[in-house]
Amino acid sequence: MIEFLHTYGMLFLVGSWPNGPIGGFAGTLILAALGLAGAFPAALVIGVARTSGNAPLKWLSSAWVHTFRSIPLIMIVFWAYFLLPVMIGFEVPPFSTALAAIIVYESAFLAEIVRAGIQSVPAGQVEAARAVGLGYFQTLWSVQLPQALSNMIPSLVNQFVSTIKATSIVYIIGVQEAAFSAQQINSIELTGALRTYLVLALFYFLLCALLSRLARRLELHLQNKRLGLAI
Amino acid sequence: MIQFEGVNKWYKRYHALNNICGEVRAGEVLVVCGPSGSGKSTMIRTINKLEEIQSGTIRVEGQSICGEKVDINRLRAKIGFVFQQFNLFPHLSVKDNIALSPVKVGGMARNEAYALAEELLHKVGLGDKLDAMPANLSGGQQQRVAIARALAQKPTLLLFDEPTSALDPEMVGEVLNVMKSLAAEGMTMVCVTHEMNFAREVADRVWFMDRGEILEDAPPAEFFSRPRHERARKFLADIIH
Repeated sequence: MIEFLHTYGMLFLVGSWPNGPIGGFAGTLILAALGLAGAFPAALVIGVARTSGNAPLKWLSSAWVHTFRSIPLIMIVFWAYFLLPVMIGFEVPPFSTALAAIIVYESAFLAEIVRAGIQSVPAGQVEAARAVGLGYFQTLWSVQLPQALSNMIPSLVNQFVSTIKATSIVYIIGVQEAAFSAQQINSIELTGALRTYLVLALFYFLLCALLSRLARRLELHLQNKRLGLAI
Repeated sequence: MIQFEGVNKWYKRYHALNNICGEVRAGEVLVVCGPSGSGKSTMIRTINKLEEIQSGTIRVEGQSICGEKVDINRLRAKIGFVFQQFNLFPHLSVKDNIALSPVKVGGMARNEAYALAEELLHKVGLGDKLDAMPANLSGGQQQRVAIARALAQKPTLLLFDEPTSALDPEMVGEVLNVMKSLAAEGMTMVCVTHEMNFAREVADRVWFMDRGEILEDAPPAEFFSRPRHERARKFLADIIH
């Protein structure tokens, strides 16, 4: 195992970098981080639009959610990879294609979490906010979202973890990331596939466990703050 | 201060407010009572447009609050509203609950708003709870914070929607005392309440509502001793046991 890691450690960690694009675990981290950084703000906007009284906004956001959560991620990846260049007339690098597909796909799921979170805030909270003279966006920002987001943490973490793991399928269009590295190693080694993919699985497990841990701490902190126990 | 002119409201086919006409003068304390489902909460909530009406006119300080042109947030900013369920913001400390409107709506500096919060908390007898979280307060304390929050808007009018109905009996007094002192200062108040002693002592006038109508509009002495309407007599008999 040690010799295996010695030989392939760098390929696992950073892919073919510095002789090629950065990949491996680092590639996955970058893809997942950018994916979430793009999908979450988009989901906030879409989720809020889903709860708004504005009919066109509501229709558009609902259409977005229903469309993209009903299509497998891999279909979106393929469409973006094969169809987009035909439509816009030039090649898009695989990394950007994958990133865009992940953002589109995950934003649909996250938006539903945001919508449910906003609707879980008691109506009396909104009434109290409006009664002291706050407007729609002030109410959203100062009263609804702080409470909603803190209620949403468990579901958000669920979706974040799922996003991290979902990045693994984009190796299929040649994006350099952890699963791609494992695939490369496997084709060099030919034997010991179990070992190779065990290392890969362990990487995803540790990453997701770490995220879950951090989220749990944040959740506890917010809970304590409400109870006046946080320092 | 407030005028109702032929106000009607329906929920689907249910006639919730039926031709409400009446006036509340500046400095007056009006108590609204009636059986549950009589429309009293709906009525008080139309005054700051938490409920829309379908016909008629409501004027606050001489200006109609109906129609598209009304700046609803400016209207609400000068009307304090106290809810049955307090509705404090649980993620904000007591002082932030009180400072929210002055800062966000009134454009007050945060320090100044905190000073105002402290002053108002003293007024409602909670001077030591500035940094407490709502979850750590009793129901009576939460409702007094809610009153302080309403006062922070420097309202010309205070509306109370069953402010003591969600409280344990031993906490009703502390909230009523705050309300009495506000009445003594000359605040214009509309209170939906079942506290008949409060009505007797503090109210200038009592409205009795049933099935969306105002059946009695009288000074408390008259209302309690000589209720004119049969349903008011039955209500009083049921409530005072």
